[in-house]
Amino acid sequence: MHTYTSLATKETQTVTQMQLPHIQIKDLNVHIEGKHILKNINLAIPNNSITSIIGPSGCGKTTLLKTLNRLMDDSKNVKINGSVLVNGEDIYAKDAEVTHIRKKMGLLSQRPFPLPMSIFENITYGPRIHGQRDKTVLKEIVETQLKNVGLWEEVKDRLHHSATTLSIGQQQRLCLARGLAVQPEIILGDESTSALDPISTQTIENLLIDLKSEYTIVLVTHILRQARRVSDYIIFVYNGEIIEFGKTEDILLNPQNEITKQYVKGFIS
Amino acid sequence: MRLRILKDLWIRHTFRILLLLTLSMVVFIGIGLFIKSLPLLKDQNLFTILSGSTWSPLKGQFGFLPFITGTVSVTLIALVIAAPLCLLSSIYLVEYASALLKKTVLPLINVLAAIPPVLYGVWGILFVVPLISNYIGPIFGSPNAGYSILSGGIVLAVMIFPIMISIMVEVLETIPPDLKAASLSLGATRWETIQKVILKKARPGIIAAIVLATSRAFGETIAVLMVCGNIPQIPKSLFDAGYPIPALIANNFGEMMSIPHYDAALMFAALLLLTIIFLFNLISRLILNKLEEKA
Repeated sequence: MHTYTSLATKETQTVTQMQLPHIQIKDLNVHIEGKHILKNINLAIPNNSITSIIGPSGCGKTTLLKTLNRLMDDSKNVKINGSVLVNGEDIYAKDAEVTHIRKKMGLLSQRPFPLPMSIFENITYGPRIHGQRDKTVLKEIVETQLKNVGLWEEVKDRLHHSATTLSIGQQQRLCLARGLAVQPEIILGDESTSALDPISTQTIENLLIDLKSEYTIVLVTHILRQARRVSDYIIFVYNGEIIEFGKTEDILLNPQNEITKQYVKGFIS
Repeated sequence: MRLRILKDLWIRHTFRILLLLTLSMVVFIGIGLFIKSLPLLKDQNLFTILSGSTWSPLKGQFGFLPFITGTVSVTLIALVIAAPLCLLSSIYLVEYASALLKKTVLPLINVLAAIPPVLYGVWGILFVVPLISNYIGPIFGSPNAGYSILSGGIVLAVMIFPIMISIMVEVLETIPPDLKAASLSLGATRWETIQKVILKKARPGIIAAIVLATSRAFGETIAVLMVCGNIPQIPKSLFDAGYPIPALIANNFGEMMSIPHYDAALMFAALLLLTIIFLFNLISRLILNKLEEKA
């Protein structure tokens, strides 16, 4: 069970030598309706790289992701113990300000959820909430972020149309741009391509790879091939525990744990 | 084998006929009322009837304006009171309240819906009417007996709370949690999310809830009749008595039928009520369609 610790510590050390990790999880335990969903999670997620959380469905991957920006808070009957440090600050500390924490992390959900407003307003929603009122600045933000996700050419003539007029793939890119507009440091993706066609999936994957030089990216995925394509590190979660954590090629080609081996070979899913 | 298919066919046609029968009721009622009110319509011009403000059946004067204004003002007062209150309560129930509170409150609201209208009327007479006559009226320097369109509006508002709240709660619960998460994850507070995302997304549903409650309010009879004074005049202030159309019909039908055109006038009142409700629903449906298109 604890083979991952040695690997994880090694990673952690190399990371801390360079700089403080963006996200560090210490002794995290999550109970939902009395069930122990996440057990003793200890992790340091490497900066400026893509880390994929993989594991069979119902193992707690999404819960793990959502504890990172405190979105679990809103679900009823949830008990969270332990700490999640973002830039060294515990986001579960009593005085932690939740909107401030969430602003640091862009979230890309399973299906695109454009806000019920125009394309333009979707992007400016975040910046406006955080006090940006200057029209020229807002216009600039819209253009930059839409260019960032390769959507500008496709939508520049209909910025004021409803966001729901876009295709699903375009909507997901819009959601990514919307998240980037609040200048986060971290991007969280919860099976973000599961509703998309192969071409849109590829676009999103390539975008994430381009973005990792500036952001720390954590993805939940149930597609091993996707984890192989995009991620630098893999966390394998099984039954609420982290079984293995390490570089993508190590986990996929040379798993240390028997369960990881079976999962990677496709015997459990 | 063949019998099974025949049965299937038979069921399809019978059920269709049953559906048509239900729908045709509305048409039949409309036609029936129209025929019954023809004597009045033949005798007097429709415009004079609708715009006349004198109700004096013995002199043959059947002006419906007092009743139209009575109905509209009582309903409007009820809406102004009920809509914001219900909206805020449902937001609280869906977005903030604990699961336990929600589980307790919603069945209670359904009990509120099951109370017979006449009890609301009694409550209105015992509580709302004195409140307005002794306390609220004097504040505005307007002495009154308390039997007023304001009393009617308040009682009516309380009566439409349950339907409005339960529909609004249902509407708000259809908003996908991931949409809320999208707004929250951008650093919005709960209230910002409610105002800018949830209410916007739920707007067609909220309007539909208000429309349904209004349709019910238009036709509510007994409770309103008991508290709003029933004087055929155009109410000039909230403290004036009014006389809504349903009250007119309920109070007078079966009495004084020997007066010429009196029964035709009451039938016309019923037709008028039906038309108002029909037009109101039609217009709101059109508005809703527009809104849904936009959303």
